[in-house]
Amino acid sequence: MSDLAAAPPSPVPPPPVPSHAELFIAFFRITLSGFGGTLPWTRRMFVEEKRWMTADEFNDAFALCQFLPGPNIVNLTMIFGTRMRGATGALACWAGFLVLPFTLMVTVGAIYARFGDVDALRRVLVGIAAAAAGLLISTVVKMALPLVKTFGPAPFVFAATALAIGAMRWPLLPVLAVLVPISIALSFWVRR
Amino acid sequence: MKIDDGVLLTLAIQFAVMALLAFGGANAVVPEMHRQAVEMRGWMDERQFADMFAISQAAPGPNVMIVALIGYHVAGFLGALVTTLAMCGPTAVLAAVLSNFWDRFRDAPWRVAVQAGLVPISVGLVGASAIVLTGVADRSPVAIAITVATAAAAYWTRWNPLWLIGIASLAGLAGLI
Repeated sequence: MSDLAAAPPSPVPPPPVPSHAELFIAFFRITLSGFGGTLPWTRRMFVEEKRWMTADEFNDAFALCQFLPGPNIVNLTMIFGTRMRGATGALACWAGFLVLPFTLMVTVGAIYARFGDVDALRRVLVGIAAAAAGLLISTVVKMALPLVKTFGPAPFVFAATALAIGAMRWPLLPVLAVLVPISIALSFWVRR
Repeated sequence: MKIDDGVLLTLAIQFAVMALLAFGGANAVVPEMHRQAVEMRGWMDERQFADMFAISQAAPGPNVMIVALIGYHVAGFLGALVTTLAMCGPTAVLAAVLSNFWDRFRDAPWRVAVQAGLVPISVGLVGASAIVLTGVADRSPVAIAITVATAAAAYWTRWNPLWLIGIASLAGLAGLI
């Protein structure tokens, strides 16, 4: 015990690799507490509670998910599951994350099909839709401001994408087939 | 209700393709969902689409679950299952496969350029969603006022968005909108 004082301040041992059941339950619990977005809860469980990932590892994985196509956090479940337990681990995480929201949405979908025309529900939904549009606007402004502050092609690509899809209502596939290569080429060219 | 297989196949293909183009997440492809479900195929009207977006934003769980609502509306339980699998399956597998590959090229210049080139696209797509949904949701001056007030509150304060949604739903229930 005499060399205890000389030891570095309690190096935390890495947590054991979680089992398939633990992975499933972890993601299931995240969706239980997922009001107002699941990202904060995912981060809290991975990094702070279970210490399955360091903060940096989490940021890296999430950055990749934001940049890849598809629903970000769903992608993150499979990346994380693969790292922990391979393909079956990925499936456990993915299923744990989706089973509850899916069941909930099917239930809500059935209720909506039956009562969607009830006047009180209609009025509530009109209010929620207006607020949800406002939340989305604030998200866009927060995401777009850092782009606008950079001198380069980014603000123009942002505006072109938003207008082509949002105002012109052009189909997604051809618009991206043109804009993605242009944007990547411009980004290369600016960095040369 | 008898669902013919053609509808399920159409849902599967459309949502899988949409997911592969969803740079910026599920909210990035809301305009494309609206274009296909309302304008092209007539599966639902504007009001129903706005309702489904509202429900998916207010309910717990990821926003992508709007696809289950659309699928359910079009083809019942199987429709919901097909749209959810199509939207959440292929891209997640792709992400898991690319994850290792991507880490290996962490500092490669092409990776930095590709990533930087895709950021304004994904933000632009979410911007397009905001444009489309504001058009769909804001049919009265009071609705516009609620959208503006919510955007301002979400931008300048740190209030939980659920409060804002709750206040707006009460305003709707009271018949103010």
